[in-house]
Amino acid sequence: MTTEQKNAKHSHVPALTAPRAPKSLRSADAVLDNGLRVVAVRKPGVPIVEMRLRVPFLSAKPNHPARASLLAETIATGAGDLDRIGIAAAVQALGGDLSIGEDADRLIVSGNALSTNLAALLEIVAAIVTAPTYDRDEVATERARLVEKLSIARARPGVIAGEALGHRMWGTHPYAVDLPTPEAVGGVTPAQLRSLHRSSVRPASAVLVLVGELPPTRMIEHARGAFDAWTGSAASTRVPALPTTTGGPLLVVDRPGSVQTSVRFGGPALPRTDPGYPALQLANLIFGGYFSSRWTENIREDKGYTYGPHSRIDHHVLGSVLGLDVEVATEVTAPALLETWYELGKIASLPVTAEEVDSVRQYAIGTLALSTATQAGLASTLAGLAAFDLGLEWIAGHPARLLDTSVEQVSAAAAQFFAPSAFTSVAVGDASLIAGPLAGLGAVES
Amino acid sequence: VAGVPRQPRLPAPAFDITHHTLANGLRVVLAPDRSAPVVGVAVLYDVGIRSEPEGRTGFAHLFEHLMFQGSKTLEKLEHFRYVQSSGGTFNGSTHFDYTNYFEALPANALERGLFLEADRMHSPRITAENLANQLDVVKNEIRVNVLNRPYGGFPWIYLPAVMFDTFANSHNGYGGFEDLESATTEDAKDFFDRYYAPANAVLSIAGDLDVDDAVEMVEKHFGGIKKRRAPKRPSFAEPPLSAERRDTHHDPHAPIPAVAIGYRVPDPVKSLDALLANLLLAEVLTDGDAARLQRRLVQRDHLVTDVAAYIGEFGDPFDERDPTTFTISAHYPDAGALDAILQAIDQELARIADDGLDAGELDRVRTRLVSVLLRDLDAVISRTLELAKFELIHGRAELITELPGRLAAITDADLRSAAAALRPDRRAVLELVAGGAR
Repeated sequence: MTTEQKNAKHSHVPALTAPRAPKSLRSADAVLDNGLRVVAVRKPGVPIVEMRLRVPFLSAKPNHPARASLLAETIATGAGDLDRIGIAAAVQALGGDLSIGEDADRLIVSGNALSTNLAALLEIVAAIVTAPTYDRDEVATERARLVEKLSIARARPGVIAGEALGHRMWGTHPYAVDLPTPEAVGGVTPAQLRSLHRSSVRPASAVLVLVGELPPTRMIEHARGAFDAWTGSAASTRVPALPTTTGGPLLVVDRPGSVQTSVRFGGPALPRTDPGYPALQLANLIFGGYFSSRWTENIREDKGYTYGPHSRIDHHVLGSVLGLDVEVATEVTAPALLETWYELGKIASLPVTAEEVDSVRQYAIGTLALSTATQAGLASTLAGLAAFDLGLEWIAGHPARLLDTSVEQVSAAAAQFFAPSAFTSVAVGDASLIAGPLAGLGAVES
Repeated sequence: VAGVPRQPRLPAPAFDITHHTLANGLRVVLAPDRSAPVVGVAVLYDVGIRSEPEGRTGFAHLFEHLMFQGSKTLEKLEHFRYVQSSGGTFNGSTHFDYTNYFEALPANALERGLFLEADRMHSPRITAENLANQLDVVKNEIRVNVLNRPYGGFPWIYLPAVMFDTFANSHNGYGGFEDLESATTEDAKDFFDRYYAPANAVLSIAGDLDVDDAVEMVEKHFGGIKKRRAPKRPSFAEPPLSAERRDTHHDPHAPIPAVAIGYRVPDPVKSLDALLANLLLAEVLTDGDAARLQRRLVQRDHLVTDVAAYIGEFGDPFDERDPTTFTISAHYPDAGALDAILQAIDQELARIADDGLDAGELDRVRTRLVSVLLRDLDAVISRTLELAKFELIHGRAELITELPGRLAAITDADLRSAAAALRPDRRAVLELVAGGAR
């Protein structure tokens, strides 16, 4: 029985009319002489242009996380003739904004401006990547701020839980470190930042995504003009493969006084390029990836244990990860875990229904269209896909892959990836209140 | 690097807006845009945190949750399932002056979305079981967003109590657990009868639609909802502060202190130009590394870790009627630095009031602000919600398209007056004491 048939019991609920296909977008893709790949898409909308510059930043060096974090905080505090205030004022005058982010995989410069000002925005970004200053005083200011920001981040239970899960899943692998320590940040010098910049902020292997209401070829020409002087071959990085995770007992991390417990589960997943990915994507939605999922309907809408559980697939360069997260009231931590294990065991050992698959299929197709219907959403999606050599053709072709996925394939993906024993898990909360009840349900470590 | 454009010509959003009013009083705003096959549907009810009865703090938000628990013809869970199995997303949110409910949908689900909103405007299913369940959910929402994290609810939950005197303006909008637990299904039915009349709501539809077809669908699904009198909205205005107020808030998880400084600004609806001058002033003070307080407090004096100035309790300057608040908030590592921070802010405000802005400063800030307004309208659901909000709060959806022109007319002198009004004796200062300090 399909969702539409089931919904027919409410004959008064309007049926869906014929779907309308999105208009195809004009795009251009070029590799500049210095190796920088430029992807430009003309996307009607508001008179704004979106920019994402993604630079690979993976490193196995133990001192990398602290230096990379501080580099992101200071890269835009002086370049060429412009000081920090000069850069900020120039960007603002373009109706623009620049922000810098980094994680274990990449450094990303995100920006936007009025579309008439694209060339000027790119010139400023080019100055930042080719002639950064790393002024001593600016580095000192940002180093002190970063230490405070890290202490604020680590006061959040979700950050503590994420770090605990990372260490338990990845051990000494670079992916285990999400945030650097204050001590490591405190020792970073301007010379070290310049050295990291020289070796890693390079055009080869970098991708520039531009999305706006402009002709794609003109956007590429602007990029060519701006980034001409940026040179350097790709940094050679040797990073070990991700270790295989093996599950194991639930780790209880004490955070005295917590009125909720932050629970995180992690396990392996498939990359988007794997033929089995659409089935896993749909299985994840059925389990906990959207509001009408089994996990949400059980522990929120039936039992009220939480404001909202979420399960998701995150794609990293070295591998994809299936992650579950939920914050539950301290007093119902054990029953909430019991229901979570129950739902995992159920989806791993019993088939999903055709009605469930129909619903998540439409949801996956519809939300892909919604998330790429804005200039900013499309730019961010393309920057994420570019790391895996995927682009507009992946977005355009994905609905057909979802439609071609059978109920049996979704059940098989659920059986392979959602077995409770496949997950590494942590619970951060008031151990004096939760450790006892949790130990009663299964193996616990603290 | 390219030079700064001298006289920025500011683009404005262009919408083809149609209005329609049903016999039961429901106001409808439609804005077709056929560039992508997506559509937004939003209903805003003219009731928010300020209209909660005494002893029922947090009730407007708890009630918002109940509006998702089944309706005239639908069981619990069906609303979510119908939206999501159509390929859409949904949400709702409770504000100080209104409550919204909305869906972003593929264009082929427009009529379904309208039906879903009409079904619950007709009658939500308010049962003791659903109330008990959503009470637990809301308490967990408050735990995750407020009680179990550093700086939770700061300052929006706590600053109004220092700024304002009446229950309507000063109480905790998320609600105390005791008040939430004492809510009954009778309270909910009364609240619905009183505030959720069609004549007390605005329906907004934007995106891939044909106006005539959409109006026909609206008449079909909403036309049968009985007309009820819209409640008369009282004025919530309060006189401005005449002396500085100070208070402290203890946060058990915060590692470093924080401060929120609140000032009353003129009626945001009746004095829109004054609001826009204050909005530009807020951007001059803290938007980006070239902003006055970033330079002074972060880069020169190293007094704060971050600083932000904004209007409206949730950072949206167009979200509230009178009264609304101009807030400056900051986190700072040295607990003894508060007076130095306040003094530096006063000096920077006085410098603007006395000397005005630097050459080009107002133009670049204005250009950026218009760009932000435009960018925020790109998503169909944001556009839908903004049109509804301007229609409900400001009386005219069209005002959005006029904002760039209105901003262009604000002068240096207007910002000097706005800065001059933010005096120490007019402010409320709430200091967050860090209970989680290392």
